[in-house]
Order: sequence, then structure tokens, then C-alpha cells
Amino acid sequence: MTGPAVPAEEPVVIEVERPWREAWRMFRRNTAAVAGLVTLSLIVLVTVLGPFVYPVDPFAPTGPLLLPPGEQGFLLGTDQQGRDLVVGLLYGSQSTLMVGAAAAAITITIGILFGALAGFYRGWVEEVLMRITEFFQVLPPLLLAMVVVLLFSPSIYSISIAIGVVSWPATARLVRAEFLRLRELDFVKAERAIGARNVRIIWTIILPNAAPPLIVSAALSVGIAILFEAGLAFLQLSDPNVMSWGYLISVNRPQILEAWWPVTFPGLAIFITVLSVSLIGDGLNDAFNPKLRER
Amino acid sequence: MSALLEVRGLSVEFDLKDGTVSRVIDGLNFELAAGRTLGIVGESGCGKSMTALAIMRLVPVPPGRIAEGAIRLAGENLLDATEARMRDVRGNDVSMIFQEPMTSLNPVYTIGDQIGETVRLHQGLGRREARDRAIEMLRAVSIPAPEKRVDEYPHQLSGGMRQRVMIAMALACQPQVLIADEPTTALDVTVQAQIFDLLKELQQQTHAAVILITHDMGAIAEMAQRVVVMYAGRKVEEAPVDEMLTNPKHPYTRGLIACVPHLEADPALERPPLMEIPGVVPSVAELGRGGCPFAPRCAEAMDRCRQDMPPETAVGEDHTAACWLYPDAEAAA
Repeated sequence: MTGPAVPAEEPVVIEVERPWREAWRMFRRNTAAVAGLVTLSLIVLVTVLGPFVYPVDPFAPTGPLLLPPGEQGFLLGTDQQGRDLVVGLLYGSQSTLMVGAAAAAITITIGILFGALAGFYRGWVEEVLMRITEFFQVLPPLLLAMVVVLLFSPSIYSISIAIGVVSWPATARLVRAEFLRLRELDFVKAERAIGARNVRIIWTIILPNAAPPLIVSAALSVGIAILFEAGLAFLQLSDPNVMSWGYLISVNRPQILEAWWPVTFPGLAIFITVLSVSLIGDGLNDAFNPKLRER
Repeated sequence: MSALLEVRGLSVEFDLKDGTVSRVIDGLNFELAAGRTLGIVGESGCGKSMTALAIMRLVPVPPGRIAEGAIRLAGENLLDATEARMRDVRGNDVSMIFQEPMTSLNPVYTIGDQIGETVRLHQGLGRREARDRAIEMLRAVSIPAPEKRVDEYPHQLSGGMRQRVMIAMALACQPQVLIADEPTTALDVTVQAQIFDLLKELQQQTHAAVILITHDMGAIAEMAQRVVVMYAGRKVEEAPVDEMLTNPKHPYTRGLIACVPHLEADPALERPPLMEIPGVVPSVAELGRGGCPFAPRCAEAMDRCRQDMPPETAVGEDHTAACWLYPDAEAAA
């Protein structure tokens, strides 16, 4: 088949970047975000390699109690049970990062499910799902998380689930808002007009278009989950078999006036991790926000 | 010639917020044979696009619903079809070109993916075959360098190019009926002409029946063999295109034709003042108040027009109108 000749239309091939490449370019422009990415990558690297470099029991005392940083070869000193803080920080990052990632994954999954179905189907589906969402949203999150953790026994899993269960409503509302906007767009109608099923329209047509704000929100919820995990550990609600930064702060808190270091270093570690995650979230926002392009 | 698509007594209703029901399409009849083009004209809000959605059974439910009537495609009443059957029909037997090429393509997929999707959905082609078909269709709609373009994203194309892509998507499965809803409204004039030429040529090759929805009488003159004029959800006049343009009967049709600006070759020549139809199309809440819906805007309205709805009557050979100016004409059943 050949169509009518197009007058004077040379095959002008404009080289335009693929969306993901362009996003990466925008991300790189945000120096702080790149710094955050580098820092987080280092933390992840240390977390993964740490146990191989220092194959010890992080709970076992290895020196005198409350040794100040730098003495007797203990770079960061020891805590009130004589445990090396370097080892504590090294092993503690595991639980922090795992809980952060798992809780964020749960948050995003439930949030997408509720938000997508509510925003797409509207009507009674939306009413029911959004009332459930609001129910979870009005409960005090820390209290609810504590109840969930105590309901099961404190473990990496129950803590991740607890954090996920309390933080999904915001994501659900974001996804719903995106779906409400996108479902009315012409290309969604066009998709119906070629005979696509609802399932297909929801997951492969609308959801990828809702990805940019979702990715940003996912990054931020990792940060929130890490803080939450530290908070729960501080309240003694941490996995007793897994070292965590929040746990270190919690057990060393009574001696804070005599020894600042066993509380400060894990606190700094949490601070740096959450900061780098937030910076990455900020950079992702730049990367996917079309209004910032072409600057 | 027997009709491929037959619309009989089609009525679409919408529930309004205040609890009342509005008939946005009321007793619409028309038919269309393969290879022919039917133009549906009217101002915005006359129910043209709703007619298209009704044929695809894509009227948003709720608040809308197809209240009564029949839409027969090759004898099969689509209003009785299951949703699964309709998904089969959409894109395969009946497909649609939308008004806004800028927003009708999904920004996150390449145009090749989007053209190929239709054939993958309906003909079960694999990824590779679908891509080949997409390239073939891009070539058919005269997009230069189709092998390259197939991997591009919508934002890399101009408006005219995107409309060509939309046409390629709509025709990928060789549908029997193509509904073009204001396909060129968003495009500039030279591109409009190209798109119309393209549609005509593809129609000749595929022998598809085309419903062209537009408010542009010029487009109708160029493309259609038959015209239905709609006003406030009702058919007010139907005739072959030449008859309609030279001998319009309904005051609304006359108004529409008079509204087309004329360009004179000699600028010194006196140009007739551009006509307009006073007033606006009634809103959905104002429909169904009794009498001819056009009466409030009609210069020739009589008392009877405000009380009784004029029936569809034959006003000439193969020419019907719904207007009390022609009360003596025999009622077209």
C-alpha cells in the first residue's frame, strides 16, 4: 500500500532522548541528589560487604564498657555492653535498609492497588476503598504500628508489615488522584476504542503514566520507613536477633550524659541515610517533573 | 446497496445531577453502506460525538445509557452484544479516529507499540509481526522513514504526523466501519487537506464505511456522499451531499452553510457579510422541553414550532427534514 505523496516533507529525524534517558540527565543535574545517590550506594555497599569483612556476632562484647572513640583501636568506641560500635553500625544498617525497602514496597503495593482501583472504577468501589483508606489515615501511625508489631512478635517481617500498613494511605490517595486525571485523557479513551480490557488499561496504560510522582513518593517512603524503624527500635520494638541502629540508641540512652558516642553515631547514621534517600527523592522529582525540563 | 451499518431509533439518556434525565440523542436513524462516507454535521454539543460513542458502545455508564434503538453492524445488533463481543468489535470491525491527535496517543509507548497493539489484541500477532505491521501501516499513511519512526515516541511527532499515526492505528485491523470524530479540527489547513486525501485513498483500498463527524461543511463537501445534520440530539435533515449543499431545507442547515466564510479571488470584490446563527445550542438540561429545539434560534419559527416537535418528513427525492416549514410534505416513515 502506498499513500499519496507528501509534498516536500523530507524525513527529518529529530533525535530526541528516550524518556528514561532524559530523566537520568535531569537527575544528574541535581548535584545534591547525585551526592545522595553516591552516599546511599556506599551505605548499601558497606552493608553488603561488612559481614564478610567483619564476620563477628554484633551482639557479643569485645572490649571494655563505654570506651570513648579512638581508644584501644576502637574507632568509634564501645557501648554500655562493651560492643564495638563500628560492628554495631555495620550490622545495624542491614535491618535498617531491609526494613526501609520492604516497608516502602508494601506501602507502594497496597497504595497502588487501592488507589488504582478506586480512581479507575469510581462509584461504590471508590467509596469503599477510600473510606478504608481514610480509616487507616486517621489512626495515629506510631500507635497502630506498635500494635501490629506487638500482635506478632517483633521481627524484621512484622516491623516491615507494620510500617507498610500505617503508611500506605498517602500513596493510595496519590495514585487515585493520578488515575482520576489520567482516566479522562484521550489516549485512554482511544484504548477502549480499540477493544482493550479494563485490566490492561489500568496496568499497562494508566499506571506507567502515573509512574513519575509514584517513584518520587516511593523514594520518600523509604526515608519515612527508616525513621519509623528507628523509632520502633527505640521503643524496644525491634527484632531481638537483628542488630539495628535504633536498638543501639535505645540501649545506650540511659548513659547519654556519661557517654555521648554510642547514641550519636547510630543517630548520625540514620540521619545520613534518610538524608541521602530524601535527596534522591528530590532528584527524582526534578527528573520526572516536565516543568523543570529545558532549563 | 444494503446497509453495512444501520442505526434505528437510537436514543441516549444521561442522568443529571438534579435527578432529571436528559435525552442527548433522540430517535436517531441513519444507515451506511460499505465504501461510502456519511457526514454528520452540527455545532458542538449536538450529540455528534455521543453518536460515535454509542456506536462503539462507549457511552459512559453511569451517568449515561443507551435508552432504546438498534445499531446493526452487518445485521448484528450491537446493543444486544456482550461486553466481550464488543471488545472484539472495537478496533477490529469498528474503529475510531479521535479529534485530538496531540493527546490521543499514549506518551509512554512508541508509536510502533501503539499501532501494533491493535493487531496483537485482535489478530494475536507476535511482537515482531506486530512491529512489521506497524511499519507497513506507517508507510500506508505516508509517514517518511517508517522503519525509523516506528520506534519514536508521540512527542517526537508533529500534529499532522500524530493524526496519521492515529489513522494507522484505526486502520491496522482493516475495520469495516471507521468513525472519524473531527479528525482534522486540531490541524492546520494544509495538513487537513492531506489527511482527507489520505482517508479517501485508504477508504478506496479497504472499502471501509466512514462516518465523518465534523462541524465543517467544507470537509463534508470534500469527503461525504451523504449528510446528516444534527441539532440538540436529533436529526434535523438528511440528504445526499450535493442536494444538501445546493438545496438545504431546514433553517438550521441553511444557517450552517451560510456560516462558511467565502474567499474571493479578487480582494476588491465586495464580500458578503459572514453569517452567524444567533444564540447557542441548548445545554443538556434544557433538552426535551417540547417543540422544536431549534425554535428559539430560528428566524422562521412559528407558534407551532414552540409547541410540537416536527416529525421527519420527505421534502424532496431522498431528502428529509424535520421542520414545520414543510408540514404538507408526506411523512417519511
